[in-house]
Formats: sequence, structure tokens, C-alpha cells
Amino acid sequence: MTTADVVEFDPPYLHPDYRATVLRAPSRPLVRLDPEWFHHAPGPAYGRTPVGPNDNDLTRQHRGEPIGERIIVTGRVLDSDGRPVPNTLVEIWQANAAGRYIDPGDDHPAPLDPNFTGAGRCLTDAEGRYRFVTVKPGAYPWRNHPNAWRPAHIHFSVFGPELSSRLVTQMYFPGDPLMAHDPILQSIPDPRGRERLVASFDFDITQPEWALGYRWDIVLRGRNATPMGI
Amino acid sequence: MAEAPTPSQTVGPFFGFALPFPGDRQAVDPDAPGAIRIQGQLIDGAGEPVPDGLLEIWQGDQFARSRTDPEGVFQVVVRRPGPVPGPDGRQQAPHLNVTVFARGLLKHLNTRMYFPDEEEANAADPVLQQVDPERRHTLIARGENGVYHFDVRLQGDDETVFFAL
Repeated sequence: MTTADVVEFDPPYLHPDYRATVLRAPSRPLVRLDPEWFHHAPGPAYGRTPVGPNDNDLTRQHRGEPIGERIIVTGRVLDSDGRPVPNTLVEIWQANAAGRYIDPGDDHPAPLDPNFTGAGRCLTDAEGRYRFVTVKPGAYPWRNHPNAWRPAHIHFSVFGPELSSRLVTQMYFPGDPLMAHDPILQSIPDPRGRERLVASFDFDITQPEWALGYRWDIVLRGRNATPMGI
Repeated sequence: MAEAPTPSQTVGPFFGFALPFPGDRQAVDPDAPGAIRIQGQLIDGAGEPVPDGLLEIWQGDQFARSRTDPEGVFQVVVRRPGPVPGPDGRQQAPHLNVTVFARGLLKHLNTRMYFPDEEEANAADPVLQQVDPERRHTLIARGENGVYHFDVRLQGDDETVFFAL
């Protein structure tokens, strides 16, 4: 496979508006190799953590229900030919509805929610579909620049069949006015690429008198073809 | 026309409550035959440790994950790999695939760790041969007898070689 026929939406490593990139972005050009030279495993390389039946419902991990706007986030994990990537691990993590992470490193003075951790995982089904129930995360301040606020987002980690399909990214919510001011989202130069990280509100997913629904599909690098050679 | 992949975003600083899992640093039991320990430091362009990084080690069916500690140190236990055939049929020297995530990395980085006691195989390795000879040492761990040290430098004179896949 060549990458020449694929539009690239990835951000650069160095994006000085996002200050932490300045001392962490590699300064030398990457050595380009065919992905075939790297790890190629048939099926989920990552299978060591058992995925429990409630791991994809972040509203049922404690005795009570978390405060916040209950949402369903679902979509498909696809390869770059649009074929489903089944049985692959999807991990998510997020702030609570007040914009506070349970992580001890988060010192934002917003309340923790004793009924919300903010971490979930699931495996995609045969059609590549994942589904989480959670609460909508709040925006929160950070110290990147004066009056800096992250738009509401959910972090996603997806494996896919090989090393080159590994993806860690963030999903945003439609209509959030903070997106235009966020150096992390805006590090993606092409507006079509930024759009790809914004979920769609969807009445077909929304459950009456219970939860709002968002749809977000994920496309992994590479083709989910039978591994060659190795 | 293939569809463009979903773009990457940084793992951010607050993954420590979500991504680590019990036993994540040990792809095999430390007492298993062939088990080796690998420790290293993740270092930024100012020479400072990166205390909020996450490394994933892959090789064949082995997978390990280690968050860095306040000193930027990661550590894993894996089964020492043997030579692996490459896609063109040539033999590759024993190595581990290393993936690096951190706040400030908008995309993760891919590199490889090779072994210091495999000089002959390393010299013939088709991937190492594509790397500037002056920079190859950044991909070769130090140590022996099942305990290896492999630092990852994000910038600087001894910046680790990273690969675009």
C-alpha cells in the first residue's frame, strides 16, 4: 500500500500555539518506512485486559448516577477503504460534567463527582461498531495562554489490526464556540480534518426521555486486508 | 480513493486514571524463561524528564504499556524477541517496536529498540540501514544479561530516530 493516494489531516508535531509542543516535537525529519516493516498482527494485538459488560457505560460504574447531561456516543471504526474494523479495543476518558478530571494532576477548582470516574472501554462488534453511555464533559481551563479553555471533548484510543493503525485522538461536540480558539484542535491545518473530529447530533441515536445521541465514525490508517508475508 | 484517516490529537496530561491497567508493564511473567527488563527515560528538548508520557511496546504477540513516573522513567518486562522476517524476506535483527505518547505530542511517535549484543544482526538490519549511521546508536539499548536501558530523547543532539509509517 502507498500513502500517496490518501489525504493527510494529521497535525504537525510542532505547533507553537500549543506550547507543550515546543520542547517535545521531534526536530529531525522522521525516517519514512513502509508500514509493512512494522508490527502486523492478525486480530487484536491488545487483548490482555478483560473488557467487562459495563465498561462502556460510564454512568453505571458507581452506586449512584453521575450529574450531567446523559449522552450516548456511538459510531463505527473503519479502515481507509471504509470496511469495518471488528473486535478492536476502543478506550475513552474524559472530564466530568463540571469540567474536572478525576486525575490527581487536575487542579481545576470544579467539583469532582463521586459517581463518575470518566474512563470506559469496549470492543467493536462485527460491523466495527462501538457504543458508550456517559455524561457530556464540561469545558475546562488550562494554562496554555491567557484565558485558555479546552472545548468539551472525549479522548479516544483505538488499536486496529497493526501498529500503523494505532490512533489516539479527541472527539468534540457540534456547535461548541471554544473549538475555534483551541490550539490543539486548530493544530490540524485542513478544516476538513478538524470537521472529522466533531461528532454529529443524531435523533436516531437519541433515546426519548433518557439520553441525547451523538454519532462519530473513526477511520484508521491502512487497509484491513489479510496480512501479507509475516 | 482511500478515505483519509481520522486525525490524531494529543493524549493530554490526564490519562493516568484511564489507560494504565493492572499488569500493563509485563507482557510476560518476570520469572518466565527469556523474560528481560527494559527501563528508560523519556526526555524533552530541555533535557528534562517527561513525567506525563505513555510508552507502548509491541513485538509479535507481545504488548506492554508503561506510564512514565515523575522522573520520566518507564519500565517493561517482555520476552526477548528473536530475529523477525521482514516483508521483503530479509531477516530483521531482534527488536521491539516502541510507541510514545505524551502531552505536547499531537501525534504519537514510533521508534524501535535494538539490542547491544546483536552487533552482527544489527549491521545487516534493513531498517537500521535506512538510518543515518551517525544516529543509529539512538536505537540501540545499553545493558546486558536481561536488563536493558533505552532512553527516548524527543529533541537535541542525541534525538532518538523516529519512524513515519
